[in-house]
Amino acid sequence: MDYGLDTKSTRLKTFNTIFIITWLLIACFPFIWTFWGSFKVRADFFSRSDWWYAISAFNTLIETGGKFTTNAYTQAWTEGEFWKASKNTIIVTVFVVSISLFLGTLGAYALSRSTEKYAFWILMAALIFRAMPHITLVSGYLFPFFELQIWGILPTTIVVLVAINQPFTLWLLYSFFKTVPKELDESALIDGCSYFQAFRHIIMPVMWPGVITAGLFSLMLAYNDFTVTALLLNQENHTMVPKIQSYLGTNQHEGNLMWAVSAVVSATAPLFMLVMFFQRQVISGLTAGAVKG
Amino acid sequence: MPNKTFFWFFLPTGLAMILFIGLPIISTGIQSFYAQHDQVVKEVKKCDPFGCTVSIVVDNEETSKIREEKPLGKFNGFGTYTDRNHLAVEEIKKFWNETESFGAFVDQVTNLPFYKALIFTLTYCLFVTPNVLLLGFIIALSLNAIARKIRGPLIFGTILPMIVTPLVGSLVLFWMIDSQGIIGANIQNLMNDPYLSLKSSKTLTWITIIIYGIWHHSPFAFVVFYAALQTVPQEPIEAAIIDGASRFQRIKHIVLPHIYPVVTFVALISLMDNFRVFEPIIGFSAEGSAQSLSWLIYDNLVNEEVILFGSAAATSMMTIIGIAILLAPVLIRTWKEFKTAR
Repeated sequence: MDYGLDTKSTRLKTFNTIFIITWLLIACFPFIWTFWGSFKVRADFFSRSDWWYAISAFNTLIETGGKFTTNAYTQAWTEGEFWKASKNTIIVTVFVVSISLFLGTLGAYALSRSTEKYAFWILMAALIFRAMPHITLVSGYLFPFFELQIWGILPTTIVVLVAINQPFTLWLLYSFFKTVPKELDESALIDGCSYFQAFRHIIMPVMWPGVITAGLFSLMLAYNDFTVTALLLNQENHTMVPKIQSYLGTNQHEGNLMWAVSAVVSATAPLFMLVMFFQRQVISGLTAGAVKG
Repeated sequence: MPNKTFFWFFLPTGLAMILFIGLPIISTGIQSFYAQHDQVVKEVKKCDPFGCTVSIVVDNEETSKIREEKPLGKFNGFGTYTDRNHLAVEEIKKFWNETESFGAFVDQVTNLPFYKALIFTLTYCLFVTPNVLLLGFIIALSLNAIARKIRGPLIFGTILPMIVTPLVGSLVLFWMIDSQGIIGANIQNLMNDPYLSLKSSKTLTWITIIIYGIWHHSPFAFVVFYAALQTVPQEPIEAAIIDGASRFQRIKHIVLPHIYPVVTFVALISLMDNFRVFEPIIGFSAEGSAQSLSWLIYDNLVNEEVILFGSAAATSMMTIIGIAILLAPVLIRTWKEFKTAR
C-alpha cells in the first residue's frame, strides 16, 4: 500500500530508494564509524595530519603492530574502571525497571478502571510532570539530599529515577489497560473477587505485552540517564553515561579520548541488541499515546 | 472502582510522584528565594617594628559556622531573580537609558547570561521542531512505499539515533565533525581553510547543535507518523486517484487531515523535549558559544567552590514557567474538551 507514491513510476521509485539509502547512511554511519574507530589508536581516529589514517591504520600499525587493537577497551574497562560503571548501571536499571513496573501497573490499572473526575486530573498532572526538565527537579533534590545525607548513593538515584519515570509509565500502561476489556475483571468481581484478586488472577496474565513495552522504556530511561546520575551520584557510584563524560576530561584535566570512544561503543552495543529484539514493542510504545488519542 | 480501592492501588505511584516530583518543585521554589552566605571577613591587625597594618581576610571558621547554622543561605526574596545572572532588571534599565539605538539595546541584552540562554533555547526549539516533523513525515512516507519484507531492518536503522542517549549521540557526531575527524577534516580540505573548525564560530556551533537535534528527534516523529499512516483508509485515496488527484494533492487533502491529531501530539512532545536541550551542549563541548536554560542550571549545580542552589533554583523556576506557557494551550484545550464531554 502506498499513499504518496505511485508504484508504477520507476523514476520516483529510484528517487525514493536513493532518499532512504541517504537517510540510513546519515542515521547509521556515525555509529559504524565510531565502532570502527574504537579499534584504532588515538593518533589514527583523531588524526591531525590525515583523516585517511583512520582507515589505513597508519599509527595503529606502528604503535601496536596490528591493524586493529583492543587496547582502548581493555584499558577503559580495567584502568578506567568502566566495569564498575557497568555494574552500577546494571543495578540501577534492574531496580528501576522492576519497581517502576510494580508501581505503574497498579496505578495505571486503577486509573483505567476509575470513572471519577479525579482520574482525569491525575492524568493531566502526570502530563505536566512529564514535561518538567529533569535538571529542574535535580536542582530541587540536591539540597535536601545533602541535608539528609543520602546524596551520592545508588538507592537514592533508583528511587528518583523511578519517580521521574512514573508519568510516562502511567500514560503508557493506562492506554494499554484501556484496551483490555472491562468485562474481564467485572465478571470476576461479580463472582466475588476483590479488586486485588481480580487484578492478580485476571489482569496479570493478560498484561504482559503492555508491561514489556513499559519495561523497555523504563530500561532505556534508566540506562540512558545523564542528568540525574551525573549530579546525584558520587564518583565511586557513577553509572556508564556520566563515566563516559568523565573520560572526556575537563579544562584542567586531560581526559582519555580513546577510553571514551570504546566506552561509548560498549554502552551502546547492548542497547542496540535489545532494541533489535524488541523493535515491535518499542514502536508500539511510542505510538500508543499518539494513535489512540 | 470505589474510591477506597482506587486509593490503595494508586498510593505507591502517587506517593513516588508527590515526593520526588511535586516536593522538589516546591523545594526549588523555596530555594530560589535564598542565596548563599557571603563570606565572613574580619580585620586582622598585624604589627611589626615598622608599624601596624590592617588587612581583611576571610574568616573560614565563622563562615562555615554560619553555613552550618543556616544551610539554606540567607533570605534574598526576589533578589536572585532580578540579579545580573537572571532577569537583570537593573542592567536592562541601564541599557535602555544609555544605548542610542534599539539594535544596540537588543545587543546588550542578549549578552546577559539568562537572555543568551533563553534565545538559544528558543532558537533551538524553533528550528528543530518543524524540521523534525517534516523530515519524520517524509521518511515515513518514503519507507511506506518500500516493499514490506525489507522494512523491518530499515526501521531499525532509522530509529538508531533516537535510542542512544543524547550525550552519546552528540559525542558520536562530534568526533566526526571535529577538525580531526572524518567530516571536519574533509570540509577543511574542501574549503581550503585549515583553521575552519566547529569551535571557532558561534553560528557554526549553533547550526551543528540544531542539525544534531533534527538527527536525534526525527526518528521519533517518523515512528509515530509511520504508525499513523497504516491507519489511513484506502477508499478515499483510490477515489482521489480516479479523480486524477496528484500525489501531492492526495497527501495534502487526505493523508494529512487524517493524521492531523498525531501531528499535534508529536509537535507537543518534541517541543517539550527540545526545550530542555542540555546534553548536546556537553557532548559538543559548546559551552563557549551555546548555552541553554538547562545548561545554566547544570553549571550552577556543578560549581566548584559553592553550589549555587539559589541561582540554579531561580533559573529552574523560570524554566518551569516557560514550560507552563508552552503547555497552556494544550491544557486549556483538553479542559474544554473534558467540559463539553461531561
